[in-house]
Amino acid sequence: MRKYKNKEDVQKKSYFNDRFYITPSIPRQKVQDDEVFFGDLQKLEENFTVLDAYIEVEHLVVYINASSNVEVLKYLRDECEYDMLMELSAIDYIKTKQGFEIFYEMLSMSKRKRLRVKCFIKQKEELESVINVFKMANWSEREMFDMYGIKIINHPFMKRILMPDDWYDYPLLKTYPLQGDEAASWYEVDKIFGKEARDTIGPEIRDSAAIDRYDTSRFSRLGHEVEFGVEVTDKSLKQVSTSYQEDDKPLFIKKLDPKDSIIIKGRR
Amino acid sequence: MAQHKVNYFQDGGAPIALTSIDKFVNWGRSNSLWPLTYGLACCAIEMMASGASRYDFDRFGTIFRASPRQADVIIIAGTLTKKHAEFMRRLYDQMPDPKWVISMGSCANTGGMFNTYATVQGADRIVPVDIYLPGCAPRPETLQYALMMLQKKIRRESIFRSHKRKRLV
Repeated sequence: MRKYKNKEDVQKKSYFNDRFYITPSIPRQKVQDDEVFFGDLQKLEENFTVLDAYIEVEHLVVYINASSNVEVLKYLRDECEYDMLMELSAIDYIKTKQGFEIFYEMLSMSKRKRLRVKCFIKQKEELESVINVFKMANWSEREMFDMYGIKIINHPFMKRILMPDDWYDYPLLKTYPLQGDEAASWYEVDKIFGKEARDTIGPEIRDSAAIDRYDTSRFSRLGHEVEFGVEVTDKSLKQVSTSYQEDDKPLFIKKLDPKDSIIIKGRR
Repeated sequence: MAQHKVNYFQDGGAPIALTSIDKFVNWGRSNSLWPLTYGLACCAIEMMASGASRYDFDRFGTIFRASPRQADVIIIAGTLTKKHAEFMRRLYDQMPDPKWVISMGSCANTGGMFNTYATVQGADRIVPVDIYLPGCAPRPETLQYALMMLQKKIRRESIFRSHKRKRLV
């Protein structure tokens, strides 16, 4: 794996930063404020260890141990009526806490309440699959593996879902470089033509600030298109004819005279 | 016995037209360009609109074919991801010569707004492109114009030129 660097430095850009900006934090409420959530939490605490619990934007957030994730989700589904798993994924906290935070978003259709189960795993730890509780977890867990490299135990088909199978590294890690990664930038060339074709095809031109002064003349003005690689001079711009048909017109086709055509002023 | 003297060289005198082989073959090629039914992203919606009744590609002799083996043109309509690049190249390789490529829209031209690790930065890294069509997404009229430009390009070609296989490498 690529060496873990300070996340601020990976994609460092000279954007303007307000020195006195304070990131707003979402206010947390006590669980006692909501009767339904409080009842659920009490039932949960009787059976499992709950590390932390609070209400955040009308979600009950419950921290549990990662080893008991399947049992907790099963209990919430069967006993607390949280019958849907909406989403599951991970958050990269490798730099601060050396691990990932896994979250499970759940919805109760009967209670009209949403609940978030959170757990924490260390960097190389594995997580038990919740696929036997919720079928929906199948693709989400594959995506989590694809994007973060978190291995799931007892998953029926643990394979990348979005990126190609032979892709190097996991794109949603904070260490993943968005640009300038060698394996990624040459991927399609290496795969289709082989590594020796790199010189012929050349590196990707990703400079979004690049300005070509002929872009406008090459692209925008109809009738002034220039072939790729041809040097644009004022002379060559004038020589391009605007007509669709050449002077020696193709067979059987009537030559179009622009004077005969009608330009419609408005639509009916 | 002929009752009338026929002036073969008079216009409309006989169903004969004199031309060169180049022009004749190119006339056929340029007026029956069959593109592959191949859409990748939102540009494909515009491509479908150009094929439908309002813009009507059929009047150019352009009929979408569902097999690369029957197609002359491939319109790369949309974002080409790196995972999909090899499949796109395989479709191109399956098309019989002579074949042409229209790169439709910003994403296929340069990668467009997807300046990321997962997008091919320009379809010309994979296949040789004949027409680059700008726009995001280009309107059907623009695709028609690109096709007309391609027809114009085909009419310029000589069929006797040594047939260079279109390969990047």
